[in-house]
Amino acid sequence: MTAVKGQQDQYFAHFAALEERLSGTEPEWLRAVRKSAIERFGDLGFPTTRDEEWRFTSVAPIARRAFRPPPERVSPADARFGQSERADFAHCTLLVFVNGRYVEELASPNGLPAGVRVRSLRAALASEPETLEPHLARYVPFERNAFAALNTALMEDGAFVEVGKDVALERPIYLLFLAAPLPGKSAPAAYHPRNLIVVGRGSQATVVEHYLSAGGAGYFTNAVTEAVVGDNARLDYTKVQQESGDAYHIATVQVHQARFSSVTTRVVALGGVLNREDTCTVLDGEGAESLLQGLYVIHGRQHVDNHTTIDHAQPHCSSRELYKGVLDGASNGVFNGKIIVRRGAQKTDSKQSNKNLLLSESAVINTKPQLEIYADDVKCTHGATIGQMDPEAVFYLRSRGIGLEEARAMLIEAFANDILDRIPLAPLRTRLQRALTDKLAAKGQPAGTGASPAGERVSVLVEEA
Amino acid sequence: MLEIKDLHVSVGDHEILRGVDLKVGRGEVHAIMGPNGSGKSTLAQVLAGRDVYTVTSGEVIFEGKDLLVMAPEDRAREGIFLAFQYPVEIPGVSNLYFLRSALNTIRKARGLEEIDAMDFLKLARDKMKLLDMDENLMQRPVNEGFSGGEKKRNEIFQMAILEPRLAILDETDSGLDIDALKIVANGVNALRSPERAIVVVTHYQRLLNYIVPDVVHVLYDGRIVRSGDKRLALELEEKGYGWLEDDRQLSAAGR
Ligand SMILES: Nc1ncnc2c1ncn2[C@@H]1O[C@H](COP(=O)(O)OP(=O)(O)O)[C@@H](O)[C@H]1O
Ligand SMILES: [Mg+2]
Repeated sequence: MTAVKGQQDQYFAHFAALEERLSGTEPEWLRAVRKSAIERFGDLGFPTTRDEEWRFTSVAPIARRAFRPPPERVSPADARFGQSERADFAHCTLLVFVNGRYVEELASPNGLPAGVRVRSLRAALASEPETLEPHLARYVPFERNAFAALNTALMEDGAFVEVGKDVALERPIYLLFLAAPLPGKSAPAAYHPRNLIVVGRGSQATVVEHYLSAGGAGYFTNAVTEAVVGDNARLDYTKVQQESGDAYHIATVQVHQARFSSVTTRVVALGGVLNREDTCTVLDGEGAESLLQGLYVIHGRQHVDNHTTIDHAQPHCSSRELYKGVLDGASNGVFNGKIIVRRGAQKTDSKQSNKNLLLSESAVINTKPQLEIYADDVKCTHGATIGQMDPEAVFYLRSRGIGLEEARAMLIEAFANDILDRIPLAPLRTRLQRALTDKLAAKGQPAGTGASPAGERVSVLVEEA
Repeated sequence: MLEIKDLHVSVGDHEILRGVDLKVGRGEVHAIMGPNGSGKSTLAQVLAGRDVYTVTSGEVIFEGKDLLVMAPEDRAREGIFLAFQYPVEIPGVSNLYFLRSALNTIRKARGLEEIDAMDFLKLARDKMKLLDMDENLMQRPVNEGFSGGEKKRNEIFQMAILEPRLAILDETDSGLDIDALKIVANGVNALRSPERAIVVVTHYQRLLNYIVPDVVHVLYDGRIVRSGDKRLALELEEKGYGWLEDDRQLSAAGR
């Protein structure tokens, strides 16, 4: 890999400052992990388009830019955020992060049954780091992924969700990551949120991780989530990216599944100017099943790259993958779906599909399945479609009196609802459907306004202490 | 109500309608018959505003207005309804939601209040009963996975809800068994009124036993070659379309 040196040094400075601040407080294993991660980041450098994995996505705009570290403290001087959101998500266990930090005043981690703990990673690291040790940074392959390495080196906060054994957690866990404006004229910040979800044997949980701009602009979110799902356990995980129109969002989600576990991973991307999602699932126990769903709706100059990997490491596992994209303006989409079937993973049953709706002549999608099959008794199918809006369907709707714009919107929503309808949280579903409608209506809106995504009214004022 | 004057329509270089003249008055039912490929669907689609067809000359006046300059949705709001020969499947859009949106835009255009979900449901149930339709079809996506007969009924159901001034039914009878045909005809007849007109496009005379037309036209090779009363349909049935061929050659020779 050829490194882009660019502004790489600033991250070494961030690391040095963090190390100093944390010195003596973190356990040795974690210090060692951070250290190897920053070294790895140094060796790898930012990927370039000469790297096969990054062929269609240039991260030069990130590599070139100066970002400050996250502010040390945030306090919601004005918690106007909360009224409608809190009401909507009252039935959830809600954790709110503002500019990379957990904000206790905005959270409602209440009503959890015995055996379930939902805390900020920072709190867990401070009080009981040993509970994290078996899992944290054990799954995500940061030795090959520069952004994951950077996150691992610089991670400070995020959510730690622990569901013990045989608990059916009814309340969804809702993790909200807000990007608020920084005070003064400082450079935009780079955030490295880190989440760990552990679902014990025979348990069930629903987790939503939502990145949402609250007026922040030009910032860089570099997120990593690891999820470990035990025997016979179920996890329904949704990640929503609604960053500001000029933000950068790079994320890795790494899911590890044990025997007969069942996981749904849903990745919805609406915001940001440059977005890369690496979504990986390892089916590491017999009989495990995985459902991967994705939706990207982009316009203007937005770029979204979904790289997914489903690793069938054991026999008798099944995976179903459906990613859908709606691309307007001069937006750019990438879908790369890798399916690995390891030697001995017989009776693997895998289906992959990527469907794209292009609304403009200048939108581009690069879609590619990538099958690596080392077993012989397997069923793997894949398919990709790229199409325009069906003119017959548009005419049919119009012939019934529905106006052109409305007809188009109806068809686009119908296309997207295939994914959105399955989101287990009704208020989130409604919000996203509204955001989609508003986004389509405002299709000409240029990126770089720093405005909160359409359809969301979030307001958090942050003061730096 | 509707007046078509010397209408010529092409797709690319291919002229499909080659000078159609037709007048339909309020309260009338007209049937347009003709062999496959004669241009019946083209005429129906052009009236609804399908833009793959180019009108190269001629006029269409509907209630005193130039229809050809209007967008398809405006024609629908003016009261034109086309029951498609091949209704389109629209995955992800529920029938109920689609039809309520349609009804409300049309009502708005007519200066009426929007109808709310409850009242709409009641209306829909009544009309479904009239057409002996399974209520489940309402919750399903528009036409998706419907059988041929269900699709045709769904068209007439939409017509019953939207109450157009001019309904054009394109081969609504094809693919229906006799019982379904009677039900559909019933639905159409329920709409007959002195204020409305209906144009029934069909290939066979069968439907016309149940929806009795005032005037029958024969469209052949892009032109209306004959018009008459309902006996013309029977005559066609008896002699077949080949008869027209001979007839036309005769009249051409005699000219
Ligand atoms: N969209 C189209 N593109 C090209 N040719 C068409 C199109 N629609 C109709 N035609 C041609 O026009 C002629 C008349 O077709 P149509 O109006 O469907 O006839 P009918 O309904 O009487 O069977 C046929 O030759 C058909 O192939
Ligand atoms: Mg036809």
